[in-house]
Amino acid sequence: MRLSGTEIVVECLKKEKVEVVFGIPGGAIMPLYDTIYKKQYFRHILTKHEQGAAHAADGYARATGKVGVCFATSGPGATNLVTGLANAYLDSIPVVAFTGQVISPLIGTDAFQEVDITGITLPITKNNYLVMDVKNLASTIKEAFYLARTGRPGPVLIDLPKDVQNAKTEFHYPEKSRYSGYNPTIKGNLNQIKKAAKAIQESKKPVIYAGGGIIASNAAKELKNFVDKTNIPVTTTLTGLGSFPENNPLSLGMLGMHGLASANIAINESDLIVALGTRFDDRVTGNIKRFCPKAKYIHVDIDPAEISKNIKINIPIVGDVKYVLSKMNELIEPKKEIEWLTEIAEIKQKNQLEYKRDNILRPQYIIEKLNEITGGEAIIVTDVGQHQMWAAQYYQYLHPRSFITSGGLGTMGFGLPAAIGAQIGCPKKKVICISGDGGFQMNSQELVTAVNNNLPIVTIIMNNGYLGMVRQWQELFFQKRYSSTNLEGSPDFSKLVEVYGGKGIRVTSKDAFDSALKIALSSKQFMLLDCLIPPEENVFPMVSPGEAINKMLGVNQS
Amino acid sequence: MKHTIAILVKDTPGVLARVSSLFNRRMFNIESIAAGHSEKKGITRITIVTQGDENILEQITKQLNKLIDVIRVRDLPKETSVERELALIKVSTKSINQRTEIMQLIEAFRGHIVDIDKQALTIEITGTEEKINAKLKLLESFGILEISRTGKIALSRGDTKILK
Repeated sequence: MRLSGTEIVVECLKKEKVEVVFGIPGGAIMPLYDTIYKKQYFRHILTKHEQGAAHAADGYARATGKVGVCFATSGPGATNLVTGLANAYLDSIPVVAFTGQVISPLIGTDAFQEVDITGITLPITKNNYLVMDVKNLASTIKEAFYLARTGRPGPVLIDLPKDVQNAKTEFHYPEKSRYSGYNPTIKGNLNQIKKAAKAIQESKKPVIYAGGGIIASNAAKELKNFVDKTNIPVTTTLTGLGSFPENNPLSLGMLGMHGLASANIAINESDLIVALGTRFDDRVTGNIKRFCPKAKYIHVDIDPAEISKNIKINIPIVGDVKYVLSKMNELIEPKKEIEWLTEIAEIKQKNQLEYKRDNILRPQYIIEKLNEITGGEAIIVTDVGQHQMWAAQYYQYLHPRSFITSGGLGTMGFGLPAAIGAQIGCPKKKVICISGDGGFQMNSQELVTAVNNNLPIVTIIMNNGYLGMVRQWQELFFQKRYSSTNLEGSPDFSKLVEVYGGKGIRVTSKDAFDSALKIALSSKQFMLLDCLIPPEENVFPMVSPGEAINKMLGVNQS
Repeated sequence: MKHTIAILVKDTPGVLARVSSLFNRRMFNIESIAAGHSEKKGITRITIVTQGDENILEQITKQLNKLIDVIRVRDLPKETSVERELALIKVSTKSINQRTEIMQLIEAFRGHIVDIDKQALTIEITGTEEKINAKLKLLESFGILEISRTGKIALSRGDTKILK
């Protein structure tokens, strides 16, 4: 069967079971858009900015576990994807991006809308390709999807010159993809697993530190079984939230810079840290030289480069955490360190999250209420900043893929487009986008996309009139010199959304919030709650930069 | 500490950029880099000399291995490998005497003259980096016009192969 390049793309996407693509057309990708118009194999969501398309594909991937796909044209279309790809790269999210490119004879001539997008995205993609011969297209797409979803997942970009899109060749989609230089270790070394099991057996104060890798490898069930057997308390990273049910008595919640005091104190006391699908990020460890001074480390990760990158590991296990945990569950003897668990219970009891429970509409209250009403069954998508940390702290995550956030890159503007992707991927779930007045305005153009596609997302803006997290740092570390953090002049977001055709409510009190939330959650259309919160509310606990993680601000330490 | 790393990569467009950009991005240093065909079609062998302790070497190796186009990475310790570099050195020659002196010198250290001109001689030297450095020092007094060095290449001693 002789097909054109663009026909090959859509046939390949069909084979990969792609249901939806996010993107924006433009000159160099018009042939592909013409073909998707003719073929109608999958849904196309027109975003209003390519960054929105990349984040939507990312949010879709996080919510569903499938590969997210986005399209953009050459030049500015492609460069607009860059933040979204970097975001997916740092959180290891499977995304495949297709970009149009100028016709191949013009490559290198600084032609209209030409950029070297494979060069630009080289350090922020797992791999990328400039396809110069249509004969290589099908195998390249196969390879791209395979790379995006296997091993440590990540974004892959395919750049398609316009003449390659139009060129014809015989179509054959390879069944398998095997590459000499790429062969992720899945099962983990049995001796290492045995060693780890022994170390766990011998430990007195073990703590599990679980990250986004548990979610990426769909290992939440294996983790739960492991904890049921070993009774080891679990703390999770920001991207690991949902990997272990937070209503379980052994859950310590999130650790790190804005982690729960109980989690930070407990891990600091630990004699054995079982790190699962995580990478000892600086936001987790604080001052790494003073991180967990009494502990030995077991580290399970599919990416060998993460082992001993930031901290020396005693028992490394390279492998897929799902396989390694299920093997571990076979080998390990049941265990219960009563003394340690009593100590943990005490630490938890003494170090509960605190905020001023008065009559003012406070952000912590908003999240608590949201948690109460949704019972942990919603998909919470956040932007980046203070609201993100409150959402991480005060909501009880019970299921994997129920918390979608930009962890590694910390991309403001991620929330709304990612919520769009999540809602399209999970039409039956309640998707709630929590944003700030700063981040929201970085991609608020996607309101059109959400409203136009009848997505019943509830967006809650925690409106404090500031770039809140930066302001908090200015307050704490820059003697309150609020340099350029005041967002004076922002619109009434509840009115803004109405201009786009959605529904909005401005909320200024707790009572008003309670009723607005009920309306929003039962609404079938896009709803936005613009919540005015105290301008100078801070996120606590907080580990100051350079401090050990058990030294926290905003915590009464006895 | 200096390390010589051999990297076998798929001969794809931009593969050298991927490798060198990784060094740049992760603050690893490159003292020299040399690339050329390997014994197998479609596979390029890159030799990089870098500085760093064992931890850095481990990270370099692991990060290189993560690149999809990288097939094998091997550290080649000095004791168990053969290392060579080639240098072309253009020296100015002002008089017949000087020229004779240089030619004797070159013969003594087994270099070759590859180009002769009234005003200059171009000399080819191969050897370890140290050997080339020593010879450059000797030639300095004559006035070196230009130097071009390939950077180190290396193979392990004996019948071992990186690519099985």
